[in-house]
Amino acid sequence: MKYIYYPGCSLKSTGRVYEESLLSVMDVLNIDYKELDDWNCCGATAYMAVDDRKAYVLAARNLALAEEQMKNEPEVNIIAPCAACFMVLLKTQKFLEENPEDKAAVVAALKESGLNYTGRAKVRHPLDVLVNDYGEAEIIKRITKPLKGIRVASYYGCQTVRPYSVFDDQRNPETMDRLMKAAGAEVVDWSMKTRCCGASLTGTVQDVALPLSYVIVHEAKKRRADAVATACPLCQFNLECYQTDMNSKFKSDLKIDVLYFTQLLGIALGIEPKKLGMNRLFTEPENLYKILEGGNRVYV
Amino acid sequence: MERSIYAESFALDVTAKDRLDTRRKIKYESELDKTFSNRIAESAHGEQLFGCIQCGTCSAACPVSHYMDYTPRKIIQMVREGFKEEVLKSSTVWLCASCYACTVECPKGIKITDVMYALKREAISGNYYPKNAPASILANNFFKQVLNNGRNSEGPLLMKMYLKTNPFMLLKNMMLGIKLFTRGRISMKTEKIRDKKALKKLLNSVESKKKILSAGKPADVKEAAV
Repeated sequence: MKYIYYPGCSLKSTGRVYEESLLSVMDVLNIDYKELDDWNCCGATAYMAVDDRKAYVLAARNLALAEEQMKNEPEVNIIAPCAACFMVLLKTQKFLEENPEDKAAVVAALKESGLNYTGRAKVRHPLDVLVNDYGEAEIIKRITKPLKGIRVASYYGCQTVRPYSVFDDQRNPETMDRLMKAAGAEVVDWSMKTRCCGASLTGTVQDVALPLSYVIVHEAKKRRADAVATACPLCQFNLECYQTDMNSKFKSDLKIDVLYFTQLLGIALGIEPKKLGMNRLFTEPENLYKILEGGNRVYV
Repeated sequence: MERSIYAESFALDVTAKDRLDTRRKIKYESELDKTFSNRIAESAHGEQLFGCIQCGTCSAACPVSHYMDYTPRKIIQMVREGFKEEVLKSSTVWLCASCYACTVECPKGIKITDVMYALKREAISGNYYPKNAPASILANNFFKQVLNNGRNSEGPLLMKMYLKTNPFMLLKNMMLGIKLFTRGRISMKTEKIRDKKALKKLLNSVESKKKILSAGKPADVKEAAV
């Protein structure tokens, strides 16, 4: 099956590590994809706050582009790795299906600029593709460096599983845990899987956002996790890059590696760290390397 | 002799303000905007709003409700009653991070996050928010940037937001910016799509169904905008 890959703005900048690691993993697994040509921003949470119809047109343009660029395929499967893009595309599709009047307006506007929107594209998250299309059994076959002895806390965040996504449970999702287990890691059972990290509030109202990120990191630490696995560029950014701020605000001394699930999976698949964007993290995950070598943890 | 804690706090109150606060604490029904709830329900595509049983599940599920001046449960009730100004000036609207926990948990199927979006739209179009509130500035700048270029450039976007709201934050986040920059995770380049003009035309060809507050702005909008 062929997929069309919709990166979104974050995966080209702060979430570049996510793109690098996801594409490396898909290459190793021989998953066939091409990037959506001339894609535009999905609108994220901001567009909906200013003008909803513009927000729907913006997202629908990407869906229409995908339909056009995949017109020779039996199915249009879009991989949207960013949680916000994934949710917005799904939301747009659902909304337009339920509101024919709005759909007519959006379809007409797109037609003006030469695009056809039918709504036949399927919006897929990489977790969904890897677990449900590719399958854990196939992945296990290709694992060359199992993550033996590494305790991973799978953190899904909010918009990957809520509210329109159907590939996993909304309260206790498990796809990422299953992938981490397939990669040979030990998964941590915890209650923070879908708790909000603070999202864009870290940039706007930091006093409110820092505690939100802190409780997640703190809980992962308390459950003796060696790494937090994320599936969203904003979650990864908040949990990794604000650790110093959290520590100074809460007078703590927390240090934990926050990686994309694709990076962890990539290590297990034997992909070299540079191709997984490890060099772009604030600190390279020394603990993981040490444990894999059979040594002791550098920081606890 | 022991004085009751209430008596003491009352006395302190009086001396601190030097007078009793005699302003009216409740709103008369005639001052409420009776059409507000209908407009919000329509804008949010959520008539379920009227079925709210005030159970408070949304406030319990919300990770930021304890920072809000009105919790989501209160906001829903205030919308239904027509407390337009209180709702639109509240911090609640701008603290909602769109995590959808309330929407998923609501036993009556109210799309609370979408109600919050409808309130954000009303607050922006009616100028009901503090001019230097970062969340609304971010939304507005993001909106313009994508309208003009088709893509969002995180570097320039954040820079602009901090300059407009709190340049001190820019200094505070300088180290973070440098760290990201040296790792190739942020740039000051503006990202764009190929045909920017066509996209702008496309976006301008549609508009929210209702420009709700454009007519009949309340008299104290200026006060809210300080």
